[in-house]
Amino acid sequence: MSRMAATRDGYGEALLELVANPKVVVLEADLGKSTKSLHFRNSHPERTVSCGIGEQNMLLIGAGLASSGFIPFASTFAIFTERAFEQMRNGIARPDLAVHLCGSHGGTHTGTDGSSAQSIEDLAIYRTLPNVVVIHPCDDISTKELTMQLPNLNKPSYMRTARNKTPVLYEDRLSEIKIGKGIELTSGDDVAIIACGVLVHESIRAAEILEENGINATVVDMHTIKPLDKALIDKLSTKCGAIVTAEDHSVIGGLGGAVSEYVVSSNPIPIEKIGVNDRFGESAEADEMLEIMGLKSNNIVDAVHRVLSRKS
Amino acid sequence: MVSKTVSELEEMARRCRVEICKMTHRIQAGHPGGSLSEIDILCGLYGRRLRYRPEEPDWNDRDRFILSKGHASPGMYAVLAEVGFISHDDLKSYRVKGGVCQGHVDSKWCPGVDFSAGSLGMGLSFGLGCAIAARLEGSSRNAYVMVGDGEIQEGSIWEAAMAAAHHELGNLKLFIDCNGIQNDDFCDAQMRMFDIPAKWRAFGWSVRVIDGHDMNEIIQAIEWMDTVQDKPCVVIANTVKGKGVSFMENNPAFHGAAPNDAQLRQALIELGVEQ
Ligand SMILES: Cc1ncc(C[n+]2csc(CCOP(=O)(O)OP(=O)(O)O)c2C)c(N)n1
Ligand SMILES: [Mg+2]
Repeated sequence: MSRMAATRDGYGEALLELVANPKVVVLEADLGKSTKSLHFRNSHPERTVSCGIGEQNMLLIGAGLASSGFIPFASTFAIFTERAFEQMRNGIARPDLAVHLCGSHGGTHTGTDGSSAQSIEDLAIYRTLPNVVVIHPCDDISTKELTMQLPNLNKPSYMRTARNKTPVLYEDRLSEIKIGKGIELTSGDDVAIIACGVLVHESIRAAEILEENGINATVVDMHTIKPLDKALIDKLSTKCGAIVTAEDHSVIGGLGGAVSEYVVSSNPIPIEKIGVNDRFGESAEADEMLEIMGLKSNNIVDAVHRVLSRKS
Repeated sequence: MVSKTVSELEEMARRCRVEICKMTHRIQAGHPGGSLSEIDILCGLYGRRLRYRPEEPDWNDRDRFILSKGHASPGMYAVLAEVGFISHDDLKSYRVKGGVCQGHVDSKWCPGVDFSAGSLGMGLSFGLGCAIAARLEGSSRNAYVMVGDGEIQEGSIWEAAMAAAHHELGNLKLFIDCNGIQNDDFCDAQMRMFDIPAKWRAFGWSVRVIDGHDMNEIIQAIEWMDTVQDKPCVVIANTVKGKGVSFMENNPAFHGAAPNDAQLRQALIELGVEQ
C-alpha cells in the first residue's frame, strides 16, 4: 500500500521551502490552518499578510504586492476564491500580475461540509481568463513540485488542491513533473483516460479493471489544465482514437471541456466525460461523494465501453 | 408565537447544548464552538418572539430567521428539533449522506431553514431582500439575521449595512455573535475590528450591546428590537465560544473540531446529563 497524503499538505511544504526567496509573501483569509499556509505563517509571520475573512481584498492586496515586485501566494477554499473572481479577472489576469492563488478543498471529495463548500466550477471559470495558468495536481509530491515552479512562471495562476488523503504517486519521480506537461502513468493503445486530481487514482484503478478485460488504456495525469498539453493530446488521439476525461468537477468547462474543445478542432475522435453532471453536491463522506456523483473507477470503466463503441 | 419563561428558555438551551455536543461527536466533524455561543439567543428568539408554524414551514407571514454563519448549524438544528420543524431523530443525520441536517444549513434540505448558508457574509444582504419584500407586501413580518464576529470582516456585510440604513429597514434585526474567535485564531490576531458598536452606529443603525448568555438580557434586547421601527437595529452580543463546556470555552481549537469519546462524556456531565 502506498503512502497516503493530501495535496494541500504539498502546498504547505512548498511554501516553507519558498521562504528562501525573499520576494515570496503569503496571504491568508482565515483558512491558513486548512489550506496549510499556516506553516509559513508560523515560521515567517513578518512575510504573512492576514486579510481576515476578506477574499476580495486579499486578491487585490496580492495584485499590489505583485506590481511591486513581490511574489504573493494567496489561499483559501476553492469555493471562496470564487467570491473574488472579478478581482482575479480585472485586477490580476488583465494586467497579467503574477499572483498565485490556491483554492483548497476543491471538488465534491471535500465531503461532509456539503454543497456550499464543494467547488465544482473553479477549473472552468479560471480557465476562461487570459494569462492565467490553471493547475490541479493529484498527489502531495507533484503539488509541492508544481508550486515550487510557480515563481519562475511569472504569470498569474490558480491551483486547486484537495482536502482528503489520496495515494502518493510520484515518489522519486520529480523530474517528470513540469507545468504544462501531462504525465503518462500507464501505456495502452485502445483508449486514453485523461484525468486530474483525485480522479487520477480512480482512473488508474479503472485501467487495471480494463486490462483484465483485454482493454489497454493510457492513463494521463493532466495536472495542468491551462495551458493544455496539446502535443500529448495529439499523440494520444492518433495512438488511441478515443478519449475519456475524468475530474471531480462539473462536466461543463473543466478538463473535459478543455480537452473536447481542442480535439473537436484538431483531430475529432469520440470523447466521454466523467464529472459532476450539472448538479450540486451534498453532505457525505469523501468516498461516498464520488459514488453519488458517479466518479468511481467503475463509472470510468463504463465510459470507456461507451467511447469504444463509438470508435470507428 | 410561543412564550416560554426565562427558566424554560434556559433549560431549552441546555438541552440544545447537549444535542450540539452529541451531533458533532457522532460524525466527528462540524462546528461546536460557534453553535454553543449562539444558542442562548436562538432559544430566546424561537421560544419567545419569532412567529412561525412548524406544520406549515413556508407560511408566508412567518418571521424569517437567517443563520448567516451557516457552519454553526448544529445549534440551529437543535432548536428546529425543539420547536418541531424536524424530529430529534433527524439530528442524527447531521453531515450524513442523504440527511436533512446538511453540514451547513440548507433550505433545500431542511424545513424551517430560510437561507442556504455556508459562505460567510451573505445572510445580511439576503435579510435585506426579505425585509424589503415584507414591506412591499405590507406584511408585519421581520427578518432576523445572525452573523459571526469574524464574518463581519467580509466587505459585503458593510454594503448591506449601508443599504439597510439607506432604505430605513425597521423590519431588519441583526444579531452579532461576538465570541472573539474565528477559524484560525482569535479575531484580534486575524483582523482587529476595533470599536464594533461605533462602526454600526456610524452606518446608521440602532445599536445595543448585551451579554449573549444572560437570558433576561436577551429577552429585553428582543423586546427592544420591536420598538425600533424607523431604522435597522443590531444587538451586539458578547459571548463565549464553546459556552457551557469548560474545555471548549474560549478555545479556538473547537471552532471546527468535534469532541472525542472522553470529551463528550465530560461535556455531558458538565451539561447536567445523568451518566
Ligand atoms: C466566504 C467564506 N470564507 C471563509 C469561510 C470559512 N470559515 C468558516 S467559519 C469561519 C470563521 C467564522 O468565524 P465567526 O464568524 O466568528 O463564526 P463563529 O465564531 O461564530 O463560529 C471561516 C473563516 C467561509 N465559510 N466563508
Ligand atoms: Mg466568532
